[in-house]
Amino acid sequence: MSDHDHDHDHDHPQYSELSEMEAKVRALETLLTEKGLVDRAALDAVVERYEKEVGPHNGAQVVAKAWTDADYRRWLLEDADAAIASLGHVGRQGEHMVALENTPERHNMVVCTLCSCYPWPVLGLPPVWYKSPAYRSKVVIDPRGVLADFGVSLPEGTEIKVWDSTAEMRYLVIPLRPEGTDGMSEERLAELVTRDSMIGTGLVHAPSGAAR
Amino acid sequence: MNGVHDTGGMQGFGPVLPEPGEPPFHAEWERRAFAITLALGALGLWNIDQMRHERESLPPAEYLASSYYRIWFRAVENAVRELELLDREGLRARTAEELTGLFSSRSSYERRIGAGPVFRAGQPVRTRTINPSGHTRLPRYARGRVGTVLAVRGAHVFPDRHAVPLGQEPDPTPEWLYTVEFRAEELWGQDADPTVTVSIDAWEPYLEAA
Repeated sequence: MSDHDHDHDHDHPQYSELSEMEAKVRALETLLTEKGLVDRAALDAVVERYEKEVGPHNGAQVVAKAWTDADYRRWLLEDADAAIASLGHVGRQGEHMVALENTPERHNMVVCTLCSCYPWPVLGLPPVWYKSPAYRSKVVIDPRGVLADFGVSLPEGTEIKVWDSTAEMRYLVIPLRPEGTDGMSEERLAELVTRDSMIGTGLVHAPSGAAR
Repeated sequence: MNGVHDTGGMQGFGPVLPEPGEPPFHAEWERRAFAITLALGALGLWNIDQMRHERESLPPAEYLASSYYRIWFRAVENAVRELELLDREGLRARTAEELTGLFSSRSSYERRIGAGPVFRAGQPVRTRTINPSGHTRLPRYARGRVGTVLAVRGAHVFPDRHAVPLGQEPDPTPEWLYTVEFRAEELWGQDADPTVTVSIDAWEPYLEAA
């Protein structure tokens, strides 16, 4: 039948959306390139920047420095823009940084319920779960439930503070430094810091065997 | 607008599903859609508030059923069509150096303002009950609620005025911006977890003295 392929697509919506998107995006890119509105090398460069260069390792460096250098920690909490820029992490979606300090009494979590606001220069591009309706809807009404989804349970009575990024302020959580990491170098500590711990959906753990 | 993008406090989306070792992109078209969005945005034909409004204006069922970069791409497609970009002359693509330069530098929406802030840190405030049909950054779950000003963040371009329809001249007049904290009971009722607080960043027109 002539419309067999059409029916076939409807049987496999996921497959069909994928191939439909590949075709549509490629078609628009070709048109925009021919009209001189985008430059392919510029598209490649910006993908390269956000896929390879900017990522949570930047934020991990900030956190590790805050853990090991009391003056830097103070500066970060008072003027996060300047303290983060001093390590070279500057760019779009990180113009107005605020560092949120976790303590044994208080745990911070960051969300954007309206879209996907996220501190690109220190964390890179947000993961799919951060942009998902599941996370955006739930974390403001049931943050402990979200932590459970991540396998994290905080002691009862720990205050939880959720920061909804509704403007251009961008938040970076400074997680608790794990026990058993005394004397570790800044570089080694940075390797322990996970992206999720800097959003507030994770905790930082010492490597197994490190605690004595 | 009271759109489906305004998700805070909705229920029934299921658990959050973290993906171990998640890559920045899951398909080649996501890379290209992301880059096209940034490259076209850098032409200066629209601002970020207008593009956010384009995304949240997609039909609700489509918005919820779409992956994130599909939402981005659909919004850009609509903007290209609406502004008839493919028929315009005189626009020049940003080069690789220009584009990466733009995205590795600051582009603040903070502006000078004549009047001082009406509210100060520590002061109780009530968010207004508003239902604008255009773009707003006051989420539904935090309207008509009493909270406390945690911080005054400077004066910033006000998105509700900045997100004019594509092709029109945006109004960049700033307003004071505050971080306002609410106890969970104020937002969700007396059964809410008493250890939880939620804050939003709210422009002065969203607030009144409480």
